[in-house]
Amino acid sequence: MAMIKFRRERCKGCGMCVSACPKNLLVVGSKINRAGYPMARIDDMKSCTGCALCAEMCPDVVITVFK
Amino acid sequence: MKQTFKRPKALVDIPFHFCPGCHHGIIHRLVAECIDFYGLREKTIGVASVGCSVFLYDYFNADVVEAPHGRAAAVATGVKRASPDNFVFTYQGDGDLAAIGTAEIIHAANRGERITVIFVNNTVFGMTGGQMAPTTMSGQETTTTPFGRDLETNGFPIKMSELLTELPGSTFVARAAVNNPKNLMKAKKLLKRAFEVQTNGEGFSFVEFLSACPTNWKMTPKQATERVQEEMIPYFPLGVFKGGQE
Ligand SMILES: Cc1ncc(C[n+]2csc(CCOP(=O)(O)OP(=O)(O)O)c2C)c(N)n1
Ligand code: SF4
Ligand code: SF4
Ligand code: SF4
Ligand SMILES: [Mg+2]
Repeated sequence: MAMIKFRRERCKGCGMCVSACPKNLLVVGSKINRAGYPMARIDDMKSCTGCALCAEMCPDVVITVFK
Repeated sequence: MKQTFKRPKALVDIPFHFCPGCHHGIIHRLVAECIDFYGLREKTIGVASVGCSVFLYDYFNADVVEAPHGRAAAVATGVKRASPDNFVFTYQGDGDLAAIGTAEIIHAANRGERITVIFVNNTVFGMTGGQMAPTTMSGQETTTTPFGRDLETNGFPIKMSELLTELPGSTFVARAAVNNPKNLMKAKKLLKRAFEVQTNGEGFSFVEFLSACPTNWKMTPKQATERVQEEMIPYFPLGVFKGGQE
C-alpha cells in the first residue's frame, strides 16, 4: 500500500513526474490552480508502489510519498 | 503509513520562482537534502551567484552571502578562511562561473580552497533572456547567435569540469545530470562525496550539473529534458573526473 500527495497550489504542470512514473499513473489534467498552471494528478492510487521517482523528479517539491 | 519522501528541512517552505520544468528546482532540493543528511544546517554558509539562482538566500534555511556576478568562488574563499568550521558552498550558473567568473573559479580550484562548488550548466544566460554563454553548444540558437553558435567565430563550448580536473589544487571534480531518475540517483552520490571532501578537510570539490532551461531553449520541459540526454551528455560526459569514493 502506498499513497502520494500533491501540494496542488505549487504544481506548475511541467509533466516531469508524468515521465518519471514507471507505472504511467500520472497525468497533467486541464484543471488549473490559482497560479494558472494545469495540475498533475493520479487516478489509480491502488497501483502506486510508492517508489517516489515522481517526487524525486518534481522540480517544485509538489509530491510527498507515504508507504 | 510512514512518510517516505518529504521536503528537506534545509529548504524553506516557499514556492520556487523558476519556470515550469526548470532543473534548478531539483538541484536546489538535492543540495538541501545533502545539508540535512550530514546535519550541516546550522554550519552552512552558502554563496549565491547572479543568474536565475540568485534567490538562494530566500530558499535555503541557512546563511547565504550574495556575491557580485562571477565572484562567488572568491567570496567563498574569504568566508571559509575566516570561518573554517563552517560548511561553505557556492551555487553558480554557467554565465556566472564560466564567463565573467572564469578567473575566480580557476584560481580558487588551483589554490585548493576547501569549498564546495555547485555549477549549473544550462548552456545559456538564463536570467537575462537566453544569450550565448561559453557553454552554448555548437549550432545552438540563442538571442545573440540567432543562426546558431558558430565555432569559427564563437569558439568551443567550454568544458569546465575537464579544465579544473587538470589543476593540481582540485580534489574532487564530477559531472552529473538530473534528466531522469537514474542520473538523478547518481547525482545524489556525487554530491554526497563533494560534501565529504569538504567536511573531511580533503580540499576543493566541484560538481557540474547539466540542467535544462526550457524557457530559453524554447522547448517544453519534456523536450528540454530530452535535449540534456541527446545533445549535452555526448559532449559533456557524466561521471567522476577526479577524487572518487574515499
Ligand atoms: C556585473 C554584471 N554583469 C552582467 C549582469 C547581467 N547578468 C545577470 S544574470 C547573467 C547571466 C546568468 O547566466 P547564468 O549564470 O548561466 O545563470 P542562469 O540564469 O542560466 O541559471 C548576467 C550576464 C549582472 N547582473 N552583473
Ligand atoms: S513534476 Fe511537479 S510541478 Fe511538474 S507536473 Fe508533476 S507535480 Fe506538477
Ligand atoms: S510513487 Fe512511483 S508508482 Fe507511485 S505515482 Fe510516483 S512514480 Fe508512480
Ligand atoms: S529562465 Fe531558464 S534557468 Fe531561468 S528559471 Fe526559467 S527555465 Fe530556469
Ligand atoms: Mg546558465
